[in-house]
Amino acid sequence: MSFQYPALIIIIPVLAAVFCSALMWGNRRLVYPLCVLALTVTALSTFVLLAEVIQFGPVDYRMAGWPPPWGIQMRIDLLNGLVLCIVSVIALVNLIASFRSVEQELAEKTDTFYILYLLFVTGLLGVVITGDLFNLYVLLEVTSLAAYAQIAMGDPDRSPVASLNYVFLGVIGASFYLLGVGYLYIKTGSLNMMDIASILPSLYSSLAVFTAFVFCMVGVWAKMALFPLHVWLPNAYAYAPTASNRIMAPLMTKVMVYVMIRLMFSVFGMDYVFEELALSEHIVLLASIAILAGAVLALAQKDLKKMLTYIIVSEIGYLVGGAWLGNSAALTGTVLHVLNDALMTFCLFLAVGNMSYKLKNLHFDNLQGLFSRMPLTMAGFVLAGVSIVGIPPTCGFFSKWFLLSGALEAGNYVFLLALVFSSLINAVLFFRIFEICFFEPMHSGEDHAHEHSRSVLSEAPASMLLPLLLVAAGLLAVGLYSGMIVDHVVAPFVSGVVA
Amino acid sequence: MEQIISIKPLFAVLASLLVIPVLISSSEKPNIREGWTILAGIIKFSLVVSMLPAVLQGQQLVYTLFTFVPGVAIKFRVDSLGMLFALVASFLWIVTSIYSAGYMRGLKEHAQTRFFSFFALALSATIGVAFSANLLTLYMFYEILSLSTYPLVAHHQDEEARKSGRKYLIYILGTSIGLVLPSMIVCYNLAGTLEFGSQGILAGQASPTVLGILLFMFVFGFAKAAIMPLHAWLPAAMVAPTPVSALLHAVAVVKVGVFSIIRVLTGIFGIELLSALNLGHVIGYIAAITILVGSLIAISQNELKRLLAFSTISQLSYIILGVALLTPKGQLGGIIHIVMHAFGKITLFFCAGAIMVTTGKKYISQMHGLGRQMPVTFLAFFIGSLSVIGLPPTGGFYSKWYLVLGSLQAEQLPLLLVLLASSFLNAVYFLPVVFKGFFAPVYSQGVKPGYSEAPSMCLYPLAITALISVGLFFYPDLFRDLIQLSMG
Amino acid sequence: MPDILGVFVAKYNYWLFIVLMMVGLYAMIAKNNLIKKLVGMNIFQTAIIFFFISIAYKKGGTLPIIENAHGHSAPAIHAAEYMNPLPHVLMLTAIVVSVATFGVALALAVKTYRRFQTLEEDEIRIRMRQK
Repeated sequence: MSFQYPALIIIIPVLAAVFCSALMWGNRRLVYPLCVLALTVTALSTFVLLAEVIQFGPVDYRMAGWPPPWGIQMRIDLLNGLVLCIVSVIALVNLIASFRSVEQELAEKTDTFYILYLLFVTGLLGVVITGDLFNLYVLLEVTSLAAYAQIAMGDPDRSPVASLNYVFLGVIGASFYLLGVGYLYIKTGSLNMMDIASILPSLYSSLAVFTAFVFCMVGVWAKMALFPLHVWLPNAYAYAPTASNRIMAPLMTKVMVYVMIRLMFSVFGMDYVFEELALSEHIVLLASIAILAGAVLALAQKDLKKMLTYIIVSEIGYLVGGAWLGNSAALTGTVLHVLNDALMTFCLFLAVGNMSYKLKNLHFDNLQGLFSRMPLTMAGFVLAGVSIVGIPPTCGFFSKWFLLSGALEAGNYVFLLALVFSSLINAVLFFRIFEICFFEPMHSGEDHAHEHSRSVLSEAPASMLLPLLLVAAGLLAVGLYSGMIVDHVVAPFVSGVVA
Repeated sequence: MEQIISIKPLFAVLASLLVIPVLISSSEKPNIREGWTILAGIIKFSLVVSMLPAVLQGQQLVYTLFTFVPGVAIKFRVDSLGMLFALVASFLWIVTSIYSAGYMRGLKEHAQTRFFSFFALALSATIGVAFSANLLTLYMFYEILSLSTYPLVAHHQDEEARKSGRKYLIYILGTSIGLVLPSMIVCYNLAGTLEFGSQGILAGQASPTVLGILLFMFVFGFAKAAIMPLHAWLPAAMVAPTPVSALLHAVAVVKVGVFSIIRVLTGIFGIELLSALNLGHVIGYIAAITILVGSLIAISQNELKRLLAFSTISQLSYIILGVALLTPKGQLGGIIHIVMHAFGKITLFFCAGAIMVTTGKKYISQMHGLGRQMPVTFLAFFIGSLSVIGLPPTGGFYSKWYLVLGSLQAEQLPLLLVLLASSFLNAVYFLPVVFKGFFAPVYSQGVKPGYSEAPSMCLYPLAITALISVGLFFYPDLFRDLIQLSMG
Repeated sequence: MPDILGVFVAKYNYWLFIVLMMVGLYAMIAKNNLIKKLVGMNIFQTAIIFFFISIAYKKGGTLPIIENAHGHSAPAIHAAEYMNPLPHVLMLTAIVVSVATFGVALALAVKTYRRFQTLEEDEIRIRMRQK
């Protein structure tokens, strides 16, 4: 049965979504448990699959037994094995953590939401696992549609417009990608990633291939919110329901980064991207600008959720720059950062979700004294913030290490400075929040600090707290075990694709 | 140097970390909570002492936790230099815990559990720095120390605390992320490792200009050493409760800063490389400026804790100067000053806090005649001052003596003059406090009639540290031996 | 000059789809009315679908339906004589995607209209700020 795992990983959530929609007319209370069950099985399968890949090498799965390039092939190597695990684990933990907030925010439509959630996860898993370019487009659109719908279930005033803007940019992105795939098909006659990779080297000088590459890249960048194509992200994530932005923020953009890495290194190949095209310096420059722009824009925000979304924009800059630096240290940093950033962003949004469950809005003025009101949530938030700044032993430090090393090795001091600078700005961003939360609301005329009102402890419920603390502990664990993760998972992949 | 694998360094670091949940759970019972803190301190100190015999025999205890990339791991190594620092820090934690209990109860401070918990965390980080085997581990514990001391500095949670806390973070985090992190990565790229080597690891790896810039980035990056112009966080941090100022800013935080710089100078660059590049002189002069300016500013201070802060800024650069002289006697003087200054300064801070608890006074001008009411406190203050000035029969004389010899050995006459001038300036601002305290008429405003000495939980610690300051004059052998082992 | 004309005439299908794509893109970005933007989006996606289908054509090729293949042994096929069916199949999927996206976007537009009573983007922005 184990050789069917790849298909199972996609089919289980989809079937669960179908059953859930059937249950909507039947026993509605079974919807949530069914979702949890489906995602648990999926998560376990991804781990089994990753273990298999680590031990035996890449796994090839052919849908319905058709051989490539005619059939759709799923190829799982270390990179997408890792990303699969990340996606499924975060989806599962988020589902458990979001039970209360979904009840609170989406009272009548919880089942619809869970169905959309499952479809979203299906799409993401599919994008990661597939080895066929067109299949990727289809699953990407499945993901996006589920995302558009979920976002529109949020803030009643602003989310439809935010979602609509996302629709426009998302369609442009996906369509550009499709266009690129079209050009590739014209030139190579194949849609299978591995097949194209073997055909392309003879076509390197072709203008059509170059056009294909550009279109694919721009499409993927629009979907991952690389500056300046990021304009859809802050509004879309800020106004979505809590449970949605908690899964979209860490995963959606990171999966697109995975697609970019896949295209760059497995389909087109390092030789093409870095030697034929002389673009890498410029892209890294663009990435550095993205990092700084995201950081600076985050500084200007007065609302916590919006601030975090701009930090995501900044992090995407790290990932794109790291991938385009073109040496193994930088690529190691990028892949590790995909893992780390997904975890850190997830932890941050979990904490913020707890806060918005208890507080009415997340404007900075509202956050005073939060350390005494919600100490455990804040502990998780502090760990995540510290990780984004990049302080050991949290995981954020270790991926930054590799990125900085890679920049140094490549002699790209602009990127190096951008990284250091954005760490400083992130420190300012987070410590500003910590300061506000640490200091109690001031009573006028109050000078002597020994007798002031102590805020009442009102933490989030356990089902929201435990996942947060678990993920926060995970940040530390992943950080400390970075060496092991790099050795077993990341380095073999990187040495396989980098010359 | 023989290396033994031992898990003791890890336990020494963890001793205070593991006690934190216990502290939090006993927050309603202060005696139990303080009892646990002191117990943890004793355990930590015992663990450190238990490793002493091996270190004195020339062995090093190592323990690797997590390997990250080849040559870089979270790794502990107990050598003589780290042992020296750890002994001082862990012993003084015990003393400070007793003192804190007295102080916090005397002033009925709020959030005491938070205070003791973060204190314990800060001490874990300090011992971690002491026992770091490589630059990464040191950096990690350095950052943990910065983060864990923020709630301590901003403890009072008023407007002043907010401003000081912010300044603290800007200076300390800004330099560590902006300067130390890139330098560390450059270092790794050049040398392929970050382990502290006995001759340094950077010899011949890059051009003198690059090495020079790297050195400056490290020296200014460890802003906890309060080298000017990155010193402003230290006086600002005096808004913290006095036990925080005492241990952390006279002993642990600032000493972590100079310790890190010493590790970089000796373990990353190496004495030979620094003399070959003539960089010792430059660092020496930078330190000399801080020494003089710090003392000069101290003279103008009216608030006792700020005076002590500037004195600390000045004294820290003595340590840097000693090592920057690049001679054996200079190194001995500089490094042993870590110990002498620690005991002297902590006595002074304890006294300042005792005065605060008993009389509520912060300003020197208000402390005239107080010595007659609080003779033990002021006597201890006198001893502490003598140690910082560098007069016998206190330990401070020993370190100053070797610093003078070291500067002669290095043929650096200007630096010698700086040392002597600064000692004179120290006397100028310390001694009047003591004399006016004992001999001047009592300052009549705000006098609480009939108070006597400080509470005993405050009094005993300061008496102990004062006595030790004197004792170190007569028995500096242990520390001298440790330093000479470290110099090979 | 004759060269460019030659290129233009030979690849007229590509030029057509580029023009169509630009029209759609322009409408999506520059138009103020939400429905016009949506129509632009549809035009944009349709242009790409045209592109794919146009590349399936072969000179002298016939429709890709194989006669008498059901149940009997399949006759020998010369693939060069048939037009490429794969892009058509792919575009069926793409059309479905396009329709679905259009549907979702329309639903969002309806929701927006119910909320703000207008479909002009600048008006919506003003009214949103007033909330």
